[in-house]
Amino acid sequence: MIEITIGAISRPMEAKKNKTGDWGTEYPIVDVEKCSGCRSCEMFCPDLCVEVVKENKKKYAVFNYDYCKGCGVCAFVCPENAIRMEVKEIYKLEVE
Amino acid sequence: MKVVRGFYSVAHAVKTCRPNVISAYPITPQTEIVENLAAMYANGELENCVYITAESEFSAASILVGASATGARTFTATCSQGLILMSEVLINAAGMRLPIVLVNTNRALSAPLSIWNDHQDSMFMRDAGIIQVYVENNQEAHDLIPQAYKIAENSKVLLPFMICMDGYKLTHAYEPVDLHSQEMIDEFLPPYEPVAKLSVDKPLTFGSYAPPHIYMEFRVALQNAIERARKVMEDVFKEWAEFTGRDWKSHISAENVDDAELAVITLGSITSLVRDVVESLRREGKKVGLIKLRTFRPFPNDEIRKALKNVNKVIVLERAVSFGNEGQVAIEVKNALYGKSKEIYSFAIGLGGRDVPRELIVKIIDNVMQGKVKQGFHFEGVQEFKEVIP
Amino acid sequence: MLAVAGFKEGYYTLSFPTFGAEKRGTPVASFLRLSDKPIVLRDEIYYPDYVVVLDPTVVESVEVDKGLKENGLLIANYPKSAEEFKKLISTDRKVVTINATKMAMEILGRPITNTAMVGAFAGATKLIKLETLKETIYEWFKGEIADKNAKLVEDACKYMLEVKI
Repeated sequence: MIEITIGAISRPMEAKKNKTGDWGTEYPIVDVEKCSGCRSCEMFCPDLCVEVVKENKKKYAVFNYDYCKGCGVCAFVCPENAIRMEVKEIYKLEVE
Repeated sequence: MKVVRGFYSVAHAVKTCRPNVISAYPITPQTEIVENLAAMYANGELENCVYITAESEFSAASILVGASATGARTFTATCSQGLILMSEVLINAAGMRLPIVLVNTNRALSAPLSIWNDHQDSMFMRDAGIIQVYVENNQEAHDLIPQAYKIAENSKVLLPFMICMDGYKLTHAYEPVDLHSQEMIDEFLPPYEPVAKLSVDKPLTFGSYAPPHIYMEFRVALQNAIERARKVMEDVFKEWAEFTGRDWKSHISAENVDDAELAVITLGSITSLVRDVVESLRREGKKVGLIKLRTFRPFPNDEIRKALKNVNKVIVLERAVSFGNEGQVAIEVKNALYGKSKEIYSFAIGLGGRDVPRELIVKIIDNVMQGKVKQGFHFEGVQEFKEVIP
Repeated sequence: MLAVAGFKEGYYTLSFPTFGAEKRGTPVASFLRLSDKPIVLRDEIYYPDYVVVLDPTVVESVEVDKGLKENGLLIANYPKSAEEFKKLISTDRKVVTINATKMAMEILGRPITNTAMVGAFAGATKLIKLETLKETIYEWFKGEIADKNAKLVEDACKYMLEVKI
């Protein structure tokens, strides 16, 4: 027996359980030294999976790989070229 | 009793229902309903209420969807192209199970442009999951408004409710109406208690995404809700009759049908005229009856079957056509009577505000009684014409 | 691509994807029917003759051999042997594997395995000729991309032709 809500009403954050991080073939890696913390990636990320954090006066981007689908928009817009897209291990292994 | 216009009979009834959000866009012949409400609002007669002038019917309906989701009691009025423009939003409101009450002042659809009355607009909304009830006069419209809120807001129902009243014929007519007092409606209609309430502190998504593996269940739930509305409506109609002494009957009002050989089914303001014809034919000894169709959605199949049990000939008179087939009500009546051997004659009359005189009704009934017309679909009251290239 | 190439070879063909979720990376399925008679069925295929797995990571969320006929064949993009893939998904159906990701990375420079698996399907089933597939590729793509995909199809097809099924 499945349950449906009246009026197809859903609560916030329900989509959170649908982790989509395994969809991509690539994932972004940030070079913390190069990153200026400008938040371009944060603004452009279509899935809200990047956040700029501050640590000892240094600002840099941190990715949430649970949801990142590896689209690469962040790497494309980064003015410092601080983000590179890396092919996932599972795919890399096959190439070896 | 007070002599008021149809517009006011609606506006006054809405006011006594204590709406929280009213939003509308003007369209003839609806405008004066919301003008009346806007005046009441401006005069401070509407407590806890916001009147929002929208930039289109689409926006007006959208505003009400948002408002209703927050638990507000909402109202709008529209018709014709305005209803069609609202349709996208109203269909959503049905799926989101929001008990918005609206009055549709029935008006023809373009093209050609016509501001006059027929039922083509509300019939277009037949499949939306919206409750539709047609009224015969301004007292019935006035009375139906608090009942509409009570039905729509019932937790077993939670659906938009559309009251259909004929444009001009009713809206512009001055007639005596027994106006509700505030105390009376406060006693009859409890405040709206939403099952889910959208708020800034508690955000929710209404009508969220449903892929194929789950969509159909929501649609079955919608059908179940409108089916449950049948009983809720019957109860509320009955409660109103007891409360006010004005008995508008239930989904249908069957009159003189028990021993009738022929019955006329009709809806809206023309019912009064048809009743008058039927009663005078009765006095002449002719066995005719009348079924006044009040509820069109959910469609009263059982009631119609039961009322027509002993009737052989059935005439359907309606102010709309489903182009490419016949009148919408006739289609529904035939469906209700499936498997019963009845003669069914359906007539589209009075489209685009064409007047339907008494003689026309008499002629239709006479012709059917004397076997002068074939079963099936006919236009009546049409001039001979041919189409030419301009 | 297989539907177009199949039609060129005289089959009636019908191909369609699972609708609505065509986002890059989402587990998706698409269906292909080949027949010598006009095809009237438009429902999803529940009992396939062949299953082609483009990305081995989908086995975590999808039962890829579900409904596969007893004499059917599963063609998988997988870097290891057919035996190991059979073990991975615990199936008793016939399986062939091809390291299409590696081929795609080498030829296209990206892990897009679609054309390689089209070639693998042609090679493994012998239902469609390599020439017809290449002809289709040159209709769909131009220039360098066409050349690279044609090479990918050819390599994959030839690889499969040599595999003992």
